[in-house]
Amino acid sequence: MGLISLTTFFPVLGIVIILFISKKNLLAIKMVSIVFSFVPLVIASYMWLHYKYPMTGIDLESQFQFVEHFAWIPAFHIDYFVGLDGLSFPMFWLTTLLSFISLVASWNISKAQKGYFALFLLLETSMLGVFVSLDFFLFYVFWELMLLPMYFLIGIWGGPRREYAAIKFFLYTLAGSVLMLLVMLALYFNVKDPVTGSHTFNMLHMMHKSNQSAWLTTFDVRLWLYIALFIGFAIKVPIFPFHTWLPDAHVEAPTAVSVILAGILLKMGTYGLLRISYPIFPDIAKYTSYALAIFGVINILYGAFVAMAQKDLKKMVAYSSVSHMGFVLLGMAVFTTAGINGAVFQMFSHGLITAMLFLLVGVIYDRAHHREIAGFGGLGVRMPVYMGIASLAFFAAMGLPGMTGFIAEVMVFIGAFSVYRVLTIIAAFGIVITAAYMLWTMQRVFLGKLNPKYEHITDINGRELFTLIPLGALTIFFGIYPLPVLNMIKVPLNYLITLIH
Amino acid sequence: MIQLPSFLIISAIVFTLGIFTILYKKNAVGILMGVELILNSVNLNFIAFAKYVDVGINGQLVAIFIIILAASEAAIALAIILSLYRERATIDVTLVDEMKD
Amino acid sequence: MIQIALFIWLLPLAAFVINIFIGKRLPRKGDWVSIAAIGASLVLSSILLFRVITGYNPDFSLHASLHWINLGGFKLDMGFYIDNLAVIMVTMVSLVSFLIHVYSIGYMDGDPLYNRFYAYLSLFSFSMLGLVLWDNLFGIYMMWELVGICSYLLIGFYFTKDSAANAGKKAFIVNRIGDFGFLIGLLVVFNFLGTFNLIDIQQDIGRGLLSGGWLTAAGILLFAGAVGKSAQFPLHVWLPDAMEGPTPVSALIHAATMVAAGVYLMARLSFMLSFDAMMVVAFIGGFTALFAATIAITQNDIKRVLAYSTISQLGYMIMAMGVGAYTAGFFHLITHAMFKAGLFLGSGSVIHAVSHSMKKIGMEGDPNDIRNMGGFKNKMPITHWTFVIYALAISGIPFFSGFLSKDAILGGTLAFAMSQSNPVYYLLPIFGFVAAIITAFYMFRLIIKTFYGKPQLKKLYEHVHESPLTMTVPMMTLAFLCLYFIYTLPSLGPVGAENGWLMHLIQKPFSAVAVQLGRPVYGITPQAEHFAHVNGLIISIVFALTGIVLAFAFYFWKTINVEKFTEKIKPLYTLSLNKYYFDEIYGATFVKGLLVWNQILAWFDQNVIDGLVNLAGRVMRVFSVFDGLFDQYVVDGLVNAVADITLGFGRGIRKIQTGQIQNYILGALLGMVLIIILTMI
Repeated sequence: MGLISLTTFFPVLGIVIILFISKKNLLAIKMVSIVFSFVPLVIASYMWLHYKYPMTGIDLESQFQFVEHFAWIPAFHIDYFVGLDGLSFPMFWLTTLLSFISLVASWNISKAQKGYFALFLLLETSMLGVFVSLDFFLFYVFWELMLLPMYFLIGIWGGPRREYAAIKFFLYTLAGSVLMLLVMLALYFNVKDPVTGSHTFNMLHMMHKSNQSAWLTTFDVRLWLYIALFIGFAIKVPIFPFHTWLPDAHVEAPTAVSVILAGILLKMGTYGLLRISYPIFPDIAKYTSYALAIFGVINILYGAFVAMAQKDLKKMVAYSSVSHMGFVLLGMAVFTTAGINGAVFQMFSHGLITAMLFLLVGVIYDRAHHREIAGFGGLGVRMPVYMGIASLAFFAAMGLPGMTGFIAEVMVFIGAFSVYRVLTIIAAFGIVITAAYMLWTMQRVFLGKLNPKYEHITDINGRELFTLIPLGALTIFFGIYPLPVLNMIKVPLNYLITLIH
Repeated sequence: MIQLPSFLIISAIVFTLGIFTILYKKNAVGILMGVELILNSVNLNFIAFAKYVDVGINGQLVAIFIIILAASEAAIALAIILSLYRERATIDVTLVDEMKD
Repeated sequence: MIQIALFIWLLPLAAFVINIFIGKRLPRKGDWVSIAAIGASLVLSSILLFRVITGYNPDFSLHASLHWINLGGFKLDMGFYIDNLAVIMVTMVSLVSFLIHVYSIGYMDGDPLYNRFYAYLSLFSFSMLGLVLWDNLFGIYMMWELVGICSYLLIGFYFTKDSAANAGKKAFIVNRIGDFGFLIGLLVVFNFLGTFNLIDIQQDIGRGLLSGGWLTAAGILLFAGAVGKSAQFPLHVWLPDAMEGPTPVSALIHAATMVAAGVYLMARLSFMLSFDAMMVVAFIGGFTALFAATIAITQNDIKRVLAYSTISQLGYMIMAMGVGAYTAGFFHLITHAMFKAGLFLGSGSVIHAVSHSMKKIGMEGDPNDIRNMGGFKNKMPITHWTFVIYALAISGIPFFSGFLSKDAILGGTLAFAMSQSNPVYYLLPIFGFVAAIITAFYMFRLIIKTFYGKPQLKKLYEHVHESPLTMTVPMMTLAFLCLYFIYTLPSLGPVGAENGWLMHLIQKPFSAVAVQLGRPVYGITPQAEHFAHVNGLIISIVFALTGIVLAFAFYFWKTINVEKFTEKIKPLYTLSLNKYYFDEIYGATFVKGLLVWNQILAWFDQNVIDGLVNLAGRVMRVFSVFDGLFDQYVVDGLVNAVADITLGFGRGIRKIQTGQIQNYILGALLGMVLIIILTMI
């Protein structure tokens, strides 16, 4: 058993142990789940130390690292095939980090804890599985497996409209998955394994034109398959106009689930595009890139404008995610070094920043029991430490230099400007709007006269600080010294660009 | 010399009498007697065929087997009739229709 | 030297980190950490300055950089570029910053967030020094944003006050609008040249890699950043509001250093401005100089007068950059930093005294309002005398620093206008000279209303005291730095600084645009230069004196009745008092428009986009109702029909089953008969 499998399935072991613990023994349940999510983080960090930076990945098995490859269901040529490259590794590591932090942040879950923690660990395994799978069928299995715990986590532990939100989330993503399934089957029947000559689910084989059938090389077919796959991923990102499940899901989901939802799940959409759509259909990716850039710009501005109008703090953060994912799309659409690296760096960066934002919303919700922006005011007086960290997170989200968001956004702009000048200028206006709504929100929550209702509100506690400080420190660290991540992602991404051109 | 058809005719008459006895008697014991008549008509046939067609003792053996069977059958049937009488104070079979449902 | 610069830059950062995390627990709440750090920076930068002055070399430059990001197709290097300009600027920044650190000991005494204030000051010093030292536009942009956020934090320092919170937000957002232009300018530059490094940009533009319309566009876009940061028209609205911050902050950030960053940027970029871009710069600067001065006349808030004065003076510098009077513009940046920081510190001293006095007598009111002051000169002699020195400097009176720099700008502008054939360029010197009268006028109006005449509020006046030494010493230091000879050394001639060390060290860089075009971007005839030099000098002295005399006539000797006069020019007066209604216009158009637009989009999102999703859901549900009916009556109906038929059939059959064994036997018999009959047939 390799390191990847160990990391991926370690949380499942935790589930088994949790099942044997009495549901009254809360401390043991929590500790077990935290430990079993911490170990994957340790293993993933260890793997980072042993990561070989110059390997390209993308479409050659020999260029992947930590590969495990053996037959799983030989009758249908389905393999258990996992591996990591520079594209997936940052997301893989981020998943282990955010899962651990989310579990710590779930400490105060007040009902059915046993089920909650077990489902959360299952969620972690399925997310890790998505990022490591190199077999399309395996990818699809993990992709669908993810929905199940997510559905229950929102539907049971969520807010007042949790059922509506959970069903909406579930059906929406499922609709996307159906399209993905169709594309997967179409690919399966039209791709030959170069060694055995049989059909294959191996993604890497699908990426080589020589393995594709004549039907698969016709332009129309490729275009439609690409679009179907794109919609599947677009729902996850979410790309306007498929984004409306997101605010609902976020508002109803418990804090930790929001963290995972925004920090990891959204990235799966863009990750899928980069991992599957781009290498398999490079010609179509190029053909449709202008549309993708427009979607990106719409996401940036539309998300920012709508965020500004929100009255619910969490909804505001949710729409800011829509806006920030727009940068990823814009960067991906241009196929320049700066653009695509900026896009992937933005995925990583946004994972850190948005996680912080949702945790911060959770902190205030735990104390005030509401999220109405207008209902706060002057909290900075009573919660100075909280305000300090919140300012850091808000500034990071605004793309302030010295933090990851800045580098990512500027790289996207630099990359995009050489290809689509007007679009980039329009998108760049987003930085003004972002500053406006972020600062306005900060003002309404923290500044001004203290709302007498919160005369006795307590400042952030140690456990909450424990969840926020690593994220804040990483945001600053990678904002000043982004090389560990950039060096990792640049090799496969530059290779991907050459594939597309 | 008495020929085989004579036996068969007698047997058929006895069989028919037995059938009619079963069909018309309301008394369970009467029905039982009808059954005995049928069995005996069959015995008669076996013996007759054993004598005229298949020389050997197979017919006789079956006939003896049937006589034994009839005896045990009569014993069981009489026991049932007796318990029926104890239960219902009657042995009129038209009043006993539990098998209907 | 690079190492020294690195220390100058990083020491305040270290102080920030220490103060933000453990400042509260340190003795004296950690103010000494910040002061020691910036003090060390000051010493180190003085060493640099000393070396630069003694080893005189107008072309001195040092450059060192390292790779920050290298992605193959995309590289970003970060490094320091140190030339005379940077050294003088660094010294100025660390000097003013140090003085204000010291001044804040007294001014911020007893503030609950004392340690945080010092932490922010350190962070600001770090960012501002970085802005000066970085060798590339990207680094400058990063630091540009950081000083913006420091400004935001410090303006909103008294964040429980709504006005302060609003002002901070407004400052940042308005600056972001300028930065939007800056960013696009960066993108244009990088797109054409593939580098942000200033040296490379200069060479590449010289080679013609970026030319024509794009070059002009890049210049104007980058200038947009300066418009925001240096509060030029039309993005000037944030600076007066920024006066909500503590006064030391106004002095440091909103007078001496950060707002001057725009001018510094234009100085750095002067090599890449095409003629059209220069004219945009010059006219915006000139117009702002006049425009802001006219607002300053009528304001009653002591700090707001100074804020508009700052905008106006920055306009001068920007105009100087626009007409190519590079040295003069930068010279004015330095002298302005001294006297404007001084003016703010002086006003801070007054406000400090007034607010303490107000607290003592239990009076509610605005401590900044000059209508409550008057006659303070006897109570606060040091503040008074230093204030007068600053005012003489800003008004452009000989023997003070402002005269030298302002005269240089006005002379340069006049020479430029005279050398151009189109008379429209005469507008620039006219803007400048008119603004000069007004400047002298409003400065002395302020002084007379504050320090002279009869006290307006007797009780308040009684309790006004001179400020502590920590506050007066920085003020006196700055007043000393407003004397002319500081800048004319080694010569002592009071009429020009051409032979002084500063103007010697700052030489106009070679214009890359001129290299590209193969001819100068604009020409200045020697006759024009000579004429401007001589006459500009006389005109500016006369104008400055006129302004001062007018101020005395209005407010001190009262030879002209102020009320009657304002009555006569009522509409103009109202316009000026209300700052030409810019805040209201922006509020009603952009802010309101944005909010309404957001509401529309949010409505659209919730009702149209999400509505469509829900509609799809509802359609599915309606469909499912029909489907349900179909299922119930057609599909299930068929199933039930089969069952019913079976049941009915069973019911019929069941009648045969009587439980009478005779019936069965009869049936069997009949069946047998039937079979026999059938076989017979």
